[in-house]
Amino acid sequence: MTLLQPQPRGIPVPRPSVHSEKYWEGSRQHQLLYQRCAACGHIGLRAFTVCARCLATSPVWERSTGAGALYSWTVVWRPPDPSFKVPYAPAVVRLDEGVWMLSAVIGCEPGELHDGMRLAVQFHAISEEITLPYFAPPGR
Amino acid sequence: MPPHPFRNVAVVGVHNTAQARHLAGHDSASIALLGALGALADAGISPHDVDGVVGPASAEIALELGLGPCTRRPSALGIPSVLDAAALIATGQCDVVVVAAGGAGIHIDPSTTAPWTRPTNELVVGFGLFTAAEFALMARRHMLTYGTTPEQLAAVAATIRTNGHVNPEAVYYGRGPFSVDDILASRMIADPFHLLDCATTSEGGCGIVLVSAERTIDSPSPLWILGGASDSFGPAYAVAPVWDFRPQPDADTAGRVGARAARRAFSMAGLTPADVDVAELYDPFSFEVIRQLETFGFCGDGEGGSFVEDGNIGPNGSLPVTTGGGTMSFSHPGINAQQLQRVVRAAQQLRGSCLTNQVEEAEVSLCSNGGAGALFCDVILLGRERP
Repeated sequence: MTLLQPQPRGIPVPRPSVHSEKYWEGSRQHQLLYQRCAACGHIGLRAFTVCARCLATSPVWERSTGAGALYSWTVVWRPPDPSFKVPYAPAVVRLDEGVWMLSAVIGCEPGELHDGMRLAVQFHAISEEITLPYFAPPGR
Repeated sequence: MPPHPFRNVAVVGVHNTAQARHLAGHDSASIALLGALGALADAGISPHDVDGVVGPASAEIALELGLGPCTRRPSALGIPSVLDAAALIATGQCDVVVVAAGGAGIHIDPSTTAPWTRPTNELVVGFGLFTAAEFALMARRHMLTYGTTPEQLAAVAATIRTNGHVNPEAVYYGRGPFSVDDILASRMIADPFHLLDCATTSEGGCGIVLVSAERTIDSPSPLWILGGASDSFGPAYAVAPVWDFRPQPDADTAGRVGARAARRAFSMAGLTPADVDVAELYDPFSFEVIRQLETFGFCGDGEGGSFVEDGNIGPNGSLPVTTGGGTMSFSHPGINAQQLQRVVRAAQQLRGSCLTNQVEEAEVSLCSNGGAGALFCDVILLGRERP
């Protein structure tokens, strides 16, 4: 049994930028936020100020249902820094809204990971300020 | 037809310093300086004839060698630094440019992976991403899409590590030979990458000297830049590495980063992949070589796994790849030198001066840098015939 779990406190903590403060504020309140262009609906790989498709400067924050599918993953056994507990499973999750999320899968065994696996967001705090959005099989 | 943009630019000197796990008494600038001096000695050019320095240590080199007033370009890395140097000469800004790079004294904490492998960008740092994991996320998607196997990845690592095993200049000289089973038996780092699917870390420097064509009269075997270009999708290790990401509806995917660069480089050279005699591909992780073979057009999409499994990339194959051992076995000094060293090896192949795995009568070599996990990829074509 090697259940994939959220990381304990003590790992390196993300430093929000002026553009991402709202995203991290959402995470702290257990809301998964993403940006969409108000003009054309385009979604980027991160918070943006100009839409890459239509060049409008009106991104709006929206709340995701937090449901998505596993697109790619790895299982790490040699962490970049000894504060990470192995194994853990960094992953790209495609949210149902079309957002590409970089996260990690928890709540299952590494051997259960498969293409298109249904996942739901789960929030775990790693510091007073920062809560990370992980993904787990629904109901686990 | 207009003349080739680099018709008047020649590569006349290359050098690798000693490479080792640790080089006592050096920092990155001092080992880069030795790379520059070695390349100038190889070219038979006095350091005081240099009027341009390119690379992260260019300021220190300009001061140490008393080159001022000279042109300095500190920002470009690897292949782009060679293309920048060539452009300085082609546009008449300089006549003798030395490109140098080196890494030493950077990776000093063995409990962590090398500092350059673990960026701290806000969307990746909390999930324990580092270069192996970023490249693994690209590799996994290719495996899911095309059925590429761990054995095929291991075939790349076994080939390149065995190339280093026979190379007396490689840090990991004499550590093999390696079979596919050896690679698969090494401990898992970031699935699908075993330890031996990943680059090593080490210290070392290197240099390359480029001159205007008029100066090649002193050079017994000038080499020429036939083509070169770079692709990027944005900052490395800051956003999700998504194989199918397209910034525009009609753009190529991030998983094929380098395809446009290769097309442009081949177009500049008037060549096709079939004209390449030896490919010094950047090998941060085994899968990346499979991806580049497809992306550059040496085989079709999804065919890279069987291409490497069929022995094509071995020293006696149809396309010898990374013949000196690459970052997996020759050296991986970090930041920049390991990228520039692909060009050094290509030049040695074209001159016929490789101690090991010399490709007979090599006329054209392709080199690459970067990879899908880092969202950038650079390509350069070197040749023996003046374009």
